[in-house]
Amino acid sequence: MQTGINRLEIKDFNLYYHRTKALEDISMMIPEKKVTAIIGPSGCGKSTLLRSINRMNEMIDGVTVEGQVLLDGEDIYQQDIDVVELRRKVGMVFQRPNPFPKSIFENVAFGVRMGDNVPAKQKLEEVVERSLKEAAIWDEVKDRLHRSAMELSGGQQQRICIARALAVEPEVILMDEPASALDPIATAKIEELIFRLKEKYTIVIVTHNMQQAARVSDFTAFLMLGKLVEFGPTEKMMTNPGSKLTEDYITGRFG
Amino acid sequence: MEQSRHIDRELEQIKEKLLLMAAKAEQIISQAVESLLQRNMTRAEQIMASDKEIDKLEIEIENEAISLIARHQPVAKDLRLLIGIIKINSDIERIGDHGVNIAQCTLKLGQEPPLKPLVDIPRMAQLATAMLKDSLDSFVHEDPEKARRVCASDIQVDQLKDQTLRELMTYMFERPEAISRAMGLILISRNLERIADLSTNISEEVIYISQAKVIKHHQEK
Repeated sequence: MQTGINRLEIKDFNLYYHRTKALEDISMMIPEKKVTAIIGPSGCGKSTLLRSINRMNEMIDGVTVEGQVLLDGEDIYQQDIDVVELRRKVGMVFQRPNPFPKSIFENVAFGVRMGDNVPAKQKLEEVVERSLKEAAIWDEVKDRLHRSAMELSGGQQQRICIARALAVEPEVILMDEPASALDPIATAKIEELIFRLKEKYTIVIVTHNMQQAARVSDFTAFLMLGKLVEFGPTEKMMTNPGSKLTEDYITGRFG
Repeated sequence: MEQSRHIDRELEQIKEKLLLMAAKAEQIISQAVESLLQRNMTRAEQIMASDKEIDKLEIEIENEAISLIARHQPVAKDLRLLIGIIKINSDIERIGDHGVNIAQCTLKLGQEPPLKPLVDIPRMAQLATAMLKDSLDSFVHEDPEKARRVCASDIQVDQLKDQTLRELMTYMFERPEAISRAMGLILISRNLERIADLSTNISEEVIYISQAKVIKHHQEK
């Protein structure tokens, strides 16, 4: 399928938890500067697939992988890949907002400070401001940058976490159910943010909420039992899915 | 694996209501044609009352469909079915109106002696009625093949309408006193032609619902 430029490609990818195969022969192109949603029933491998894109699964015992994940044509599973550098390029936002027990400023500056070239104070302030603006939370926090991020509401904390991911200038942002712990208003803000972020970033989002996938994504991947059942434009998937399995899942026919 | 869904029960109820309305529209058309052919004026008057019931059902169906969309946010086939129902709903309502138009023309024509024995108009009526029935059958049984056959019949009705128009124009040229009756018959043929068009629309919706294909305006050849 032709979907514009493809910076990210998953190729014949398999993942095992010990002997259990959690992902089977996944191949898909993730189009650049678009939102790709991964949907599917609980336990189908959505989050596992998402975490495979920045090698987060390695932290789990007994995980082995086969196949490739190509970022800008380079396999991220090669031996000589710098995982820290990889995770700078491929940032991640989790289900529950997880700010560090530090100030708002320090939360956003954290990734930048961890890098090799820590910028001067003024430059760092610029980075924090840009990131908070991009994450659509600057106006809400600009007068209390040095207060603890823990004082913020859940929705605000989640946008701080997005700003933290943006601060290191990633290419790809992975989001694992970023709005599932938020109320409808905070959810709407995150969705609006995702919509604007795709001008600059490639976004992959895992969501349980079908309507959210329909609202925010350009492409949708439907996974079941570790296999990619269907991948295509979201609009087509929601009006005329190609597979009976997809149709049954999105219309709620699964028990 | 298949789970019973609340939305299915609601969709079924809307479909049933739509079919009740369709049955009333079919009845109006057959009564209108009957009253025209038999010059039965009492029957023509009864038609107006049935159309009010159709109008009421149209609004009910529309409201229920909107409510269902708002509450269930349907996707895929469910979404296509609901959009199809909303469109078919207004098609059927219009068909009822055309039946009323035919009855009104019949009442006017009844005040004068017949202009001529009717030949093409009964043929048009028969074709249009069959198209309406088949389009509704194709909806009930979700039969896109039957729906396609309905679309293909439309051209015959169009041809008969043109033929009727040509014939009645010669009557009008020759005898000015025939003009009002000829105009009445032309209007009737025009209404029958529209019933055939709307039945074609219903069939096109059935194809969209079952196959997600848009064939209207000759998009698919």
